[in-house]
Amino acid sequence: MSKARDSFLRTGFVHVALIAYTLVSLFPVFLTIINSFKDRNAIFRAPLTIPTPQTFSLIGYETVLGQGDFATYFQNSFIVTIVSIALVLLFGAMAAFALSEYRFRGNTVMGLYLAIGIMIPIRLGTVAILQGMVAANLVNTLTALILVYTAQGLPLAIFILSEFMRTVSDDLKNAGRIDGLSEYSIFFRLVLPLVRPAMATVAVFTMIPIWNDLWFPLILAPAEATKTVTLGSQIFIGQFVTNWNAVLAALSLAILPVLVLYVIFSRQLIRGITAGAVK
Amino acid sequence: MSDALSVQEGQPTARRPKRWHILVFLLPAFLVYSAVMILPLIETLRLSLFNTVDGQSTFVGLANFQTLFGEERWAHDFWNALKNNVIFFIIHMCVQNPIGVALAAMLSIPKLRFVTFYRTAIFLPTLLSFVIVGFIWKLILSPIWGVAPGMLDLVGLKSLFAPWLGKPGSALVTVSLISVWQYVGIPMMLIYAALLNIPDEVIEAAECDGVTGWSQFWKIKLPLILPAIGIISILTFVGNFNAFDLVYTVQGALAGPDGSTDILGTLLYRTFFGFQLQLGDRSMGATIATVMFLIILAGVSLYLFVIQRRMRRYQF
Repeated sequence: MSKARDSFLRTGFVHVALIAYTLVSLFPVFLTIINSFKDRNAIFRAPLTIPTPQTFSLIGYETVLGQGDFATYFQNSFIVTIVSIALVLLFGAMAAFALSEYRFRGNTVMGLYLAIGIMIPIRLGTVAILQGMVAANLVNTLTALILVYTAQGLPLAIFILSEFMRTVSDDLKNAGRIDGLSEYSIFFRLVLPLVRPAMATVAVFTMIPIWNDLWFPLILAPAEATKTVTLGSQIFIGQFVTNWNAVLAALSLAILPVLVLYVIFSRQLIRGITAGAVK
Repeated sequence: MSDALSVQEGQPTARRPKRWHILVFLLPAFLVYSAVMILPLIETLRLSLFNTVDGQSTFVGLANFQTLFGEERWAHDFWNALKNNVIFFIIHMCVQNPIGVALAAMLSIPKLRFVTFYRTAIFLPTLLSFVIVGFIWKLILSPIWGVAPGMLDLVGLKSLFAPWLGKPGSALVTVSLISVWQYVGIPMMLIYAALLNIPDEVIEAAECDGVTGWSQFWKIKLPLILPAIGIISILTFVGNFNAFDLVYTVQGALAGPDGSTDILGTLLYRTFFGFQLQLGDRSMGATIATVMFLIILAGVSLYLFVIQRRMRRYQF
């Protein structure tokens, strides 16, 4: 009896704690979105209430959509993020496999060399990167951003993926070899499916800094045609600092694609964790 | 490496023909990484030993470092930024990571309901950009809007409210906590994945021995997720010592008020590219970048060669 009650109390306590933290996480976002639909007076007089028919207003969104070219910004961010993640996952998994699977001369040195990038922020090399991009005529192209983000994401991807690949059973791979599979098929058909949860994790960690980066778009691709949504909204909000309707609407618009991306990716992450938990 | 033995089995003889597949697997990552990351970094480190003398780039040895540590104007800014950066890191380690572990431990309780919802919601801020997070919190904490004092008023603590971001004494802590709010999802997710990877047999065995609840977490699960906590700590260290964006968005490039939120990243930015009346100085920028590099190198070496070596790797 008392044990069951204890466990009930404990579950209750856990829910209370989790709900409390969930509120802390969501409240600022929620607050921004509800206020973006109100007129200026209501934003200041009653910031905590949801918009009513009297206070409802789209003036902020009208300002934003009339001024900034957000469709292009979104498109640029999507292209850069998706291509970079694909390259990081493919190249990173290949390198991680080579490092964790084979013993060859220079393995440790190569592993350390590739791990250097985890600790060194690529930002510290910005001036030389800019010089290189100027020389290669890649300034103000999305290619420049994709190259930088791929290089930035690779070290951590290789680090995490090789940790996971060490846990893939050798018997499985050797069974594949006995069945005559090439090393490439072993990698693509046996190992990759098994490390899917790790790939999902890497994808998340790669995606966040790329989508949110302000620095490299500002330096390498500040042109109107190649602006990413982060840079676009930073500049836009900077211009409209005192127009609270426009600022709140711009923030809400910037949150929107992240929410959509998150719904897509979180389903995949959950599938990865549940299906891939190889026991 | 501990798995050297098992790997050897896959390689019958040393005289096997050249294994080209290893090269194919490694080459793409190696090329992109070397060309876009390592070479520019080496070039930057090299620049820290050069300065412009009479309009020409000249090798000056460690003179730039002497200026940075010794000349009053530079030294004041530098030590201030370094001190703030250390505080920034300590707040993350003491607030972000324990909260992350606690949340993950609660989420991994078997048969708990709404786990997906909690996890999704708590991870959301991590995905938002600094631009969004910075501006949202600036608005919320702004005395003009009055959301923060209004909410404190609801619980009768209105007297506690102050323009935290505007006061030199509290600005750094406030910015750090905003950053913690944003990034708590990362330790939570990593620890959560590590906890899920603990085999059921281990937990069942513990339960058979009567180890449940709190003592199960402390004695069984925590030791098993220590490697994950190690990874998180080093990720936090590296992330904090090259942080820039949030301070830049919330407090501007001058990292006000009165330099109280200035960290190495913002100092580097102002030095490198210049700000307002200050002209950009490439050599001093490279020098600060080199110092940041050395700090981060020291931390990571400590992790790799001391902490990680001591940590037992549990293989199932």
